[in-house]
Amino acid sequence: MTLDSSTPAVKVHAVSKTFNAGSSESVQALADVDLVVAPGEFVSLIGPSGCGKSTLLRLIADLLPTTSGSIEVFGKSAAQARIDQDYGMAFQSAGLFDWRKVAANIELPLELMDYSKAERSARSSEMLELVKLPDFGDHYPWQLSGGMQQRVAIARSLSFKPRLLLMDEPFGALDEMTREHMQNELLAITAELGTTVVFVTHSISESAFLSDRVVVLSPRPGQVHSIVDVPMGDRSDDTREEPEFFEKATEIREALRAVEVGL
Amino acid sequence: MTSATVQPTAPAGQSAVLRGVKQGASILLAVATLVGLWEGYKAFGSWSGGTWPGTTRDLPVPSDNLNMPHSYDIVKQLFEPVTRRADDTLLVFLFKSAWFTFKEALLGFVIGTVIGLGLAVAMLRSNWLERGLVPWINVSQTIPLIALAPLVVTWGKSTFLSETQSVAIIAAYLTFFPVAVNGLAGLKSPDSEALELMRSYASPWSKTLFKLRFPAARPYLFPAFRLAAALSIVGTIVGEISAGVQGGIGRVVLDYAGKYSTGPERLYGSILAAAALGLFVFGLITLVERVLTRGQGVSGT
Ligand SMILES: Nc1ncnc2c1ncn2[C@@H]1O[C@H](COP(=O)(O)OP(=O)(O)OP(=O)(O)O)[C@@H](O)[C@H]1O
Ligand SMILES: [Mg+2]
Repeated sequence: MTLDSSTPAVKVHAVSKTFNAGSSESVQALADVDLVVAPGEFVSLIGPSGCGKSTLLRLIADLLPTTSGSIEVFGKSAAQARIDQDYGMAFQSAGLFDWRKVAANIELPLELMDYSKAERSARSSEMLELVKLPDFGDHYPWQLSGGMQQRVAIARSLSFKPRLLLMDEPFGALDEMTREHMQNELLAITAELGTTVVFVTHSISESAFLSDRVVVLSPRPGQVHSIVDVPMGDRSDDTREEPEFFEKATEIREALRAVEVGL
Repeated sequence: MTSATVQPTAPAGQSAVLRGVKQGASILLAVATLVGLWEGYKAFGSWSGGTWPGTTRDLPVPSDNLNMPHSYDIVKQLFEPVTRRADDTLLVFLFKSAWFTFKEALLGFVIGTVIGLGLAVAMLRSNWLERGLVPWINVSQTIPLIALAPLVVTWGKSTFLSETQSVAIIAAYLTFFPVAVNGLAGLKSPDSEALELMRSYASPWSKTLFKLRFPAARPYLFPAFRLAAALSIVGTIVGEISAGVQGGIGRVVLDYAGKYSTGPERLYGSILAAAALGLFVFGLITLVERVLTRGQGVSGT
């Protein structure tokens, strides 16, 4: 990788987003957001419902155009980064294609990038190992539980080994135990691949456990209210029971309370 | 927590044999019910003398053997020679006629499907085209086929089209419609997350079409194909009759209707053959769907 380590993975500068600008249904979702994510960093976005978390993620992914401001991903425009396949994406619903077997779902982005058949199947096996579903490549998505489907979606988003992973409440639909289990796995996988992650969540404990930094957004129009550093080093299940973890969760909770009442 | 690897379970599924037997049994039951009703009505009519019991009012359909031949007489007729000079039995003759009609209908189905899918893709591509085309597509189906068929045949004669090709075009006129309408709905069916996913892969429009939109449209397309297949038979028979095409089941029905008084069994036999042809193409599409969607456990079936 020729990337200079001082080039941010994501640089959001003075970004505003207004939907349906100029019409009576105009909604300002984001106002003047600044955010810099360093390579290899894990950053969570948290905030009240409707504050623009998903919108910010979609702007970074170049799925939506900004109204004003600029976004750089690895030093390029967001559009160029999308075309260069610099990021992978995962949503709350797994969104697997039900007519494709699990392995074929994971290989979908590889097909679009013209990987050879041999490369594709090697990569999907590797990814299935990574998400601990090595024997399920030949199954259809409906034969898997919700948590397993979500793991396949993560495998799909990582299959081409993007440097950046954009995730929008990927574990939102899972039960508590599966969720914690998936959090452990996600950290292990992204650490192994050195992936930068921008992660949208509603869960305070999830953001505290996963992140290097937690960005707290204010209600609509979303603005960066505060950023909570979580310098806890490597995480394990024990982390969830440490006083430091609770302190950080409390700090995030207080920031969220503050934005709710408009402080 | 240790992350134990989950073991796959064998996909559950009814055995194909059992399903086949069940389907066979239900078809048999339907045929037996129809025959029972037919013969029951006839028996009722001959008991009551063709009127409602205790009145002089006639039954809605005369139950005599000319208007309603016995089901076993119809079956018997199938195994008699078609004409005194011919070697073929009626059954073989009807089979050959049905095959002739099937080939025309198949061409009509293919033309209609290609046009229908083409229209669906064009309307997906351009809102402007969609707004412009939808009213015309709807109006097209309000013009009675009977009125249109002779016109198509006349045009066909003055161009390079053979009679059977004109008939196929008449069939296509019916078949393109469900394919275009359902096809468009199906192509539009993927949710915004799936479309965003494809966009995140910088997938070009054509790849999104073939890797996402068409597969997602299958639950919409197969019912449309089934309907189109049945309509292609209807259209072909109407076309054959108005074009005066020899050799197909449409002509046979027309002939036997003219000779009704000397052999009603033959007319009923030919009508049954036309119905059987409709069921056959319906089943054919269902079979194709089964094969294409094997194991996926979603859509159509
Ligand atoms: N495509 C769109 N068109 C119009 N308005 C939109 C669109 N997408 C989002 N919005 C509006 O922008 C605001 C922010 O939406 P967004 O989905 O980003 O919120 P969020 O923080 O992700 O909420 P949640 O936590 O509930 O998922 C909302 O008021 C929403 O109504
Ligand atoms: Mg959201």
